[in-house]
Amino acid sequence: MKRRDALAATASLSVGLGLLALVRPASATPAEMAAAINTFTGGAAPQTGKVTFDVAQLIDNGNAVPVTISVDGPPENVRAIAIFTERNPQTEVAIFTLSPRSGRAAVSTRIRLATSQRLMAVARMSDGSYWSHGVDVIVALAACIEGEAP
Amino acid sequence: MARALIHMPSNAKRGDVIEIRALIGHPMETGYRVGADGKLLARDIIRSFVCRYNGEQVFGAELHQAISANPYIAFFTVATESGTLEFDWQGDNGFAHAEKMSITVSAA
Repeated sequence: MKRRDALAATASLSVGLGLLALVRPASATPAEMAAAINTFTGGAAPQTGKVTFDVAQLIDNGNAVPVTISVDGPPENVRAIAIFTERNPQTEVAIFTLSPRSGRAAVSTRIRLATSQRLMAVARMSDGSYWSHGVDVIVALAACIEGEAP
Repeated sequence: MARALIHMPSNAKRGDVIEIRALIGHPMETGYRVGADGKLLARDIIRSFVCRYNGEQVFGAELHQAISANPYIAFFTVATESGTLEFDWQGDNGFAHAEKMSITVSAA
């Protein structure tokens, strides 16, 4: 094998590993968030995709973080959208119930974040499938820092 | 008495997707904060929000402590017919607030 072939093979292998690292398994999240998502989905494992969790990656103030969650595909198929956090004192943030009359499967709100962590948005479809999107955010000023640290 | 602000178009064509933005004044006390006396402040949050379009629910939300003070929720619905949209917030300690907005829908 020539040197340039060996280099190309190494490069493609590392790209493959990089893609694998992006798609984290559900077990990588702390148990409480996994349990809360499990309760929401009724045991079904959410698939990655369709959902877009729009939030700033670097958050100055964790007391009011604007977030927008939208779901691709026909909006009448989306039944519910839920937000979960990994390291807030409580993992559930909100569950939004949509209807076939929603017109657009998107919802915005403002949330509190206790620390830098991973957030998950999970959407429930009318066919019983679940789709999710996780984002990692860095929080400079934390909400709920008084009292015991979470 | 809480103060609520709702932004939505007052006129729309039939079939239009309209955005509704609802804001309500509420401290959303988490129950994790410590007061001046060193004791935990009791939880006082809004638990649920519902929007009904001529009596039919088009949007609902279950809120937890991680929703910021003065909860803001923006969502969409399809303008189907003229009528009223009712907004209903309910929370701890018997908190309840309702608002009504009217919409005029013209033929497309």
